[in-house]
Amino acid sequence: MGIFKKFFEKLKYTFKHTELDDDFYDELEALLVSSDMGVETAMDIMDELRDTCKQKLIKDTERAQAELKQILIDKLNVQDINFSYPLIITVVGVNGVGKTTTIAKMTKFFTKNKKSVLLAAGDTFRAAATEQLNTWAEKLKVKIIKQGEGADSASVVFDAITSMKAKNMDVLIVDTAGRLHTKTNLMKELEKINNVAKREYPTANFLNLIVLDASIGQNSIAQVKAFKDSVQIDGIVLTKLDGTSKGGVVYPIINDLKVPIIFTGFGEGVDDLSLFDANNFVDKILM
Amino acid sequence: MAFFSNLSERLNHIFSKLTKHGKLTALEIKEAMREIRVALLEADVNYTVAKDFINKVSEKAQGEEILKSLTPTQQVIKIVRDELTTLMGGDNQKLNVSPKPPTIIMMCGLQGSGKTTLCGKLALKLKKENKKPLLVACDIYRPAAIDQLKVLGKSIQIEVFERGTNNPVKTVKEAIDYANKFALDTVIIDTAGRLQIDEKLMDELKEIKKAINPTEILLVIDAMIGQEAVAVSKAFNDALDVTGVVLTKTDGDTRGGAALSIRSVIGKPIKFVGVGEKLTDLEPFYPDRMASRILGMGDVLTLIDKAQEAVDEQTAKEMERKFRENSFDLNDYIEQVNSLKKMGGLKAVLSMMPGVSGKMKQLENMIDDKMLEKNKAIIQSMTAKERQNPDIINGSRRQRIAKGAGVSVNDVNTLLKQFNQSKEIMRMLKNPKAYGGKMAMMRKLMGG
Repeated sequence: MGIFKKFFEKLKYTFKHTELDDDFYDELEALLVSSDMGVETAMDIMDELRDTCKQKLIKDTERAQAELKQILIDKLNVQDINFSYPLIITVVGVNGVGKTTTIAKMTKFFTKNKKSVLLAAGDTFRAAATEQLNTWAEKLKVKIIKQGEGADSASVVFDAITSMKAKNMDVLIVDTAGRLHTKTNLMKELEKINNVAKREYPTANFLNLIVLDASIGQNSIAQVKAFKDSVQIDGIVLTKLDGTSKGGVVYPIINDLKVPIIFTGFGEGVDDLSLFDANNFVDKILM
Repeated sequence: MAFFSNLSERLNHIFSKLTKHGKLTALEIKEAMREIRVALLEADVNYTVAKDFINKVSEKAQGEEILKSLTPTQQVIKIVRDELTTLMGGDNQKLNVSPKPPTIIMMCGLQGSGKTTLCGKLALKLKKENKKPLLVACDIYRPAAIDQLKVLGKSIQIEVFERGTNNPVKTVKEAIDYANKFALDTVIIDTAGRLQIDEKLMDELKEIKKAINPTEILLVIDAMIGQEAVAVSKAFNDALDVTGVVLTKTDGDTRGGAALSIRSVIGKPIKFVGVGEKLTDLEPFYPDRMASRILGMGDVLTLIDKAQEAVDEQTAKEMERKFRENSFDLNDYIEQVNSLKKMGGLKAVLSMMPGVSGKMKQLENMIDDKMLEKNKAIIQSMTAKERQNPDIINGSRRQRIAKGAGVSVNDVNTLLKQFNQSKEIMRMLKNPKAYGGKMAMMRKLMGG
């Protein structure tokens, strides 16, 4: 993993200042804003840091940085994640964030944990989306339920749940069409998928995950908001963290919209997914 | 929400606060600059770019002549507008065309930025301009990416050249031989998405470039990109010396920071913007017009372009004659609704009007493109005779029409009333003298 090595070589705090002066705070603020957390969140965090340093009589930059790291970790509000089975995961998100690849990775994650996984090709809208998921299913040796392009995605989900129940499978992962959150009709379709799933398998556990691309800016907030308007959103999968993007935009999403991060994705391979690790995440922001 | 509407709204708010002051003090300008900086950052403009921008504007806005001017806020807005235009690159830049065919256009960018869709959009646009494009599928990594391009190509009847998952460098060379053989004048190459720090894949792009020497290397960027815009565009430009940028997905609630950041960092023009999911949704990018739109000054030029595309000259002349003779009927109304739809709908048109774009949020709930559709359904439920002569539509006809269109009689009444009112206005416009009193009254009513 050449990319990663390069990263971790750079993983050291690069502040040049020794005193807690305005320059020091400015540099930190720039760092936070550059992570895409938004200028308001960044200013709030800086205020908090200034207060903390005043209260604890901190004078050196090293301790101030440690405090900042703690504030950043606390603000992520991480809770333990437990999956209960049978589990139906519906994966939503706008076009191009990496939904299908994420589904492949989650499939690997669950099969590695000895769970049986079934996929539903619910993206009946984008050209060749079903083929893309099918290729993954073959590679990962899991079953996939699909219909043709233009089919009703709720009906694909219906078929998938029938099959899931018959074979007593643990996890069903539903792919959905990418949609710009501004398109109402496609959002309605998601509601329908959810309703069908709940009606057909009321005893299952449901998890609606939104996939967010770490390189996208403040728009991610609008994306989560819009999806939340039509369906419940239980968690975030933050993808493309293998680049230089930091994904700081999850701060306002976690704090204002109360949606936690569950997984992070960091590559195109099926193993490039892990449960969210706040410590690593914050280290990268402060890099 | 349209491209930049968020930034537009905030800037308008800042300037309207300034206007209330009349004369400006240095302190007030400083405060406004601070607010503009925050607005830019919230719009995902890169931190450094925003800082430089504010420094430039501040310097110019602190000048004596601004502080002494009678309309200082207008002067400040003008400075901001000029700087925004410069930041985005001045004039529109067209696609380069190779003197010796084929013109080779190569796409590059991150995963998920919309390269494949853009290939389809660009091919369709060129086809409409009587070019003969060939699409080349070189994304050998993402499963089914080649299929996606093939499906796209089929839908717009453009040939797709592919060699499966063969080495892309070899594939592009063969594609160009193929284009030469069959006299195809433009070759559009789709490449795999990649991270700018992935050296192996970046080398592959460099090799493709070396092998075929493209006329255009377009960097495709998702308009929703955050602070990364700078690092990404810089890396791609350093590796490939791109010739232009295309911003995709500008139809979401896009803040547009990328549009403001990229040009100043890599010095390459934004040539097109993707404005929707349909393959026809691709527009040339005009920095000057965009700057006006951001500042709520509207974008009448783009509006005219769109109108020209949507309505052919003959229809326009015919319409004008009907207005003049006042023989405008409900059939013509449908025609107008259709043209409006072709121009992107009422909201899109309104957002380009001066003074409106900054207030789109307030208007969002008031205007409804569905209303146009409803009216269309009502008219289509009328007989030919009724459409030509709406006066004959009595109570029972109204009921029949309402049933046919699946609306209430009230909706039919509203439509007919609106139609009569617009006819009345047209009559007044035609002969203002006869209606002198009424016109003056109307102007008063409209606050003019």
